[in-house]
Amino acid sequence: MSAIRTLVDLLAGRREAAALAPREWDGVISVARAEAMLATLAHRLEGAALPPAVAALFADQRAAAAVAQAQSMWEAEMARRALASERIEFVLLKGTAYAAAGLSCAEGRQIGDLDILVLVSDIGRAENELLEAGWEWVKSDPYDDAYYREHMHELPPLIHKARDRMIDVHHTILPQTHRIAPDALSLVSDAVTTENGFAVLCPTDMACHCAAHLLADGDLQGGLRNLWDFHSLTRDFAAADPGFWGKLDARADRHGLHAPVHRAARLARDLYGSALPSGWDRHDPADLWFKRRLLARDDWGHATHFALQQAFYIRSHWLRMPPLMLSRHLWTKWRKR
Amino acid sequence: MRHSTRIAVGPVQFRIGSDWRAPVAVLDRLYAGYPRDDTRPADATVRLFAARPWRRWLRPSVQIGGDFVIPDALPLPLSMGLLAAEMGMNLQVALGWRRHLLLHASAVARDGRAVIMSGESGSGKSTLAALLGEDGWRLMGDEFTLIDPAGGDALAFPRAVSLKNAAIAEVAARVDTARLGPLLAGTPKGDIRHLIPRADAIAAMHEPARPALLLFPRFGGEAAIEPMGEGEAFVRLTEASTNYVALGEPGFAALTRLVRETPAFGISYPDSTTGLALVEQLFAEAVR
Repeated sequence: MSAIRTLVDLLAGRREAAALAPREWDGVISVARAEAMLATLAHRLEGAALPPAVAALFADQRAAAAVAQAQSMWEAEMARRALASERIEFVLLKGTAYAAAGLSCAEGRQIGDLDILVLVSDIGRAENELLEAGWEWVKSDPYDDAYYREHMHELPPLIHKARDRMIDVHHTILPQTHRIAPDALSLVSDAVTTENGFAVLCPTDMACHCAAHLLADGDLQGGLRNLWDFHSLTRDFAAADPGFWGKLDARADRHGLHAPVHRAARLARDLYGSALPSGWDRHDPADLWFKRRLLARDDWGHATHFALQQAFYIRSHWLRMPPLMLSRHLWTKWRKR
Repeated sequence: MRHSTRIAVGPVQFRIGSDWRAPVAVLDRLYAGYPRDDTRPADATVRLFAARPWRRWLRPSVQIGGDFVIPDALPLPLSMGLLAAEMGMNLQVALGWRRHLLLHASAVARDGRAVIMSGESGSGKSTLAALLGEDGWRLMGDEFTLIDPAGGDALAFPRAVSLKNAAIAEVAARVDTARLGPLLAGTPKGDIRHLIPRADAIAAMHEPARPALLLFPRFGGEAAIEPMGEGEAFVRLTEASTNYVALGEPGFAALTRLVRETPAFGISYPDSTTGLALVEQLFAEAVR
């Protein structure tokens, strides 16, 4: 069995860690690292019977993830202080939000940038406050800068000059030129507050954003991690609220995200064993291509299926912008090479 | 991958795969005397591969891959495959290892006490460590020294020593040629030749040593010893550590403890003989 299949089976609980041959761990560790899921796996297998070397490595990963998460929460606190004087409200997104809300998928989850969502009417003020508080623009290229401002769903990325950490300030969750336009106002107005005082998306919106991020906004690189988020989020929310799946259905329709949310649910079922209610538990032959893309890695952690990767890369651009604009964009980018 | 091998250096188990036989064959020769446990899962994976399929044969060039990679790193010609492997292994440790505080420093030990030498490349820290390792000291490593955050001990990472330029002839004059790797001439880092550490240093690679001395050597100029304050040693070592920030508070605690408990000196030396004498003198004073 391929290492990436073994990784998925271990996460899903379909295979016992003790049943792995010692050398199978090589591949599992490499692909888990490549998918930024080694610490997630380390948490999933905490307490399992492991070879001593793997147990020691996993303990390192759990400790390192705890430090990284504390650093990410500190970054959120820095943003809160920067935006407090102008009373700009913001919602945490993705990894930092999962950590702030204490959700199970945050255990061991790698958190890269700080992602926040503000009302589109606040975006200019938010940028000013962050610049005053020490964040700086990364992109010096005028085309890229203008492209972000006119067409994207976020400001050009900012990096803090002292802490070297990036913040992405969003005003919605998909590019403005995307075929799907989620209801950004309700994302902010229906946000909920965590115990530590940060705003995060309400459960249904969190799942919608996760699916949109996984299936509507990229080429599925690192998709296994995002799909694990979706699997864990929906499982926990459904356990706390039996009506969750029905509410998610309605909310996904409202944001125009019916198809990505349902596909994410089916993929999570097929790979991680999510239990889906009737109405969700369907089959779509096209899911096969998504699964192949998600599992396109050899036992050395190296990406495989080059043509399939390219196809999903082109798809991500096709979804993001209308054809004429896409051709103009690619032309400009190509001339600048 | 077509060819592969496994190497254990200190606490790190590597798995190294290659599109070509040559780099693996030379690694197997250099690391033949290291303990080998083929059932132990690897902590880190290195891949040496052809960036384009035809680069396996046509002007073959080695791209360095693995769990952690440097984007846009240039490939090396196949004749420098051993250097590619070494760079790949260093990269995995520098970016991936979290169990210990990593110092970019060489180290030697005697009677369970370690001398840790940190400096830019060209400072002579590798050469001093290699020469001390042939002169009654246990070589702990020429590239990384690991500090245990729990107890403060130094741990060894005795990979094959990477001798550069003038140091090659100086060390080669004192050791059996069987302990030297092939000469890699004209690499981006100059001429390189590897030295296999003495068997007793390899056998002792899991034994911790208590830090006795922190040295910041500088090759060139008159012989000089300059005591260094805790603050300066601390700042220099944060710069010499690849995982200090990632370790968070335990890293800070380990490093403050190290600079508080260990006397630190900057040393200048015009030649290796003087450098070795300075190390001996300062060590004798430190452990007295």
